[in-house]
Amino acid sequence: MSNILSLIFIGIGVLFDFFGCFGLIRLPDVYNRLQAATKCVTLGTWCILLGLFFRYGVSGTGIKALLFIPLIFLASTVAAHALIRGTYLFGIKMWDRSVVDDYKDAVK
Amino acid sequence: MIDIFLYILIGLSFLCLYRVVRGPTIPDRMVGIDIFGILVVGICALLVIKTERTFILDIGISWAILSFIGTLALAKYLSRKKLDE
Repeated sequence: MSNILSLIFIGIGVLFDFFGCFGLIRLPDVYNRLQAATKCVTLGTWCILLGLFFRYGVSGTGIKALLFIPLIFLASTVAAHALIRGTYLFGIKMWDRSVVDDYKDAVK
Repeated sequence: MIDIFLYILIGLSFLCLYRVVRGPTIPDRMVGIDIFGILVVGICALLVIKTERTFILDIGISWAILSFIGTLALAKYLSRKKLDE
């Protein structure tokens, strides 16, 4: 039972990883690529680690996998935010069909 | 079943490396490296199930932390400030 549950969670995780990397390849500029890839890949890795927890239960490996979930969550989101702020200050232009640019007023 | 998922994840990491090689600007390459560092944690978690050796999870998590620190350092460099500012 727990093996089937863990396989379901790992399958969901691999599916979200696939969507994230597909967005990383297909989208037009760096802002779109980062917002697609970070969210999807974070949720995918989250689901894979949760599947590992369901497979091993309350043991050393399972608890370790459960503890890594908030660490991955915080690390990847904070890194993405800092990277995209640095990209904007570096002067990379947005895609020419982007609509909203609110950060331009905040920088000045 | 685990083998199929493992092959899919390794293929996806090659897609990230494609973005690293091909990306037109510096932040594009860094986005590829950042996403690759998170994907490696998933690959290591599947390797734990496949080989029943639990220390591989530690390798994945230390890779993720090092990738996090590297991304933060490059973000600081891109915003044209000193590291202690």
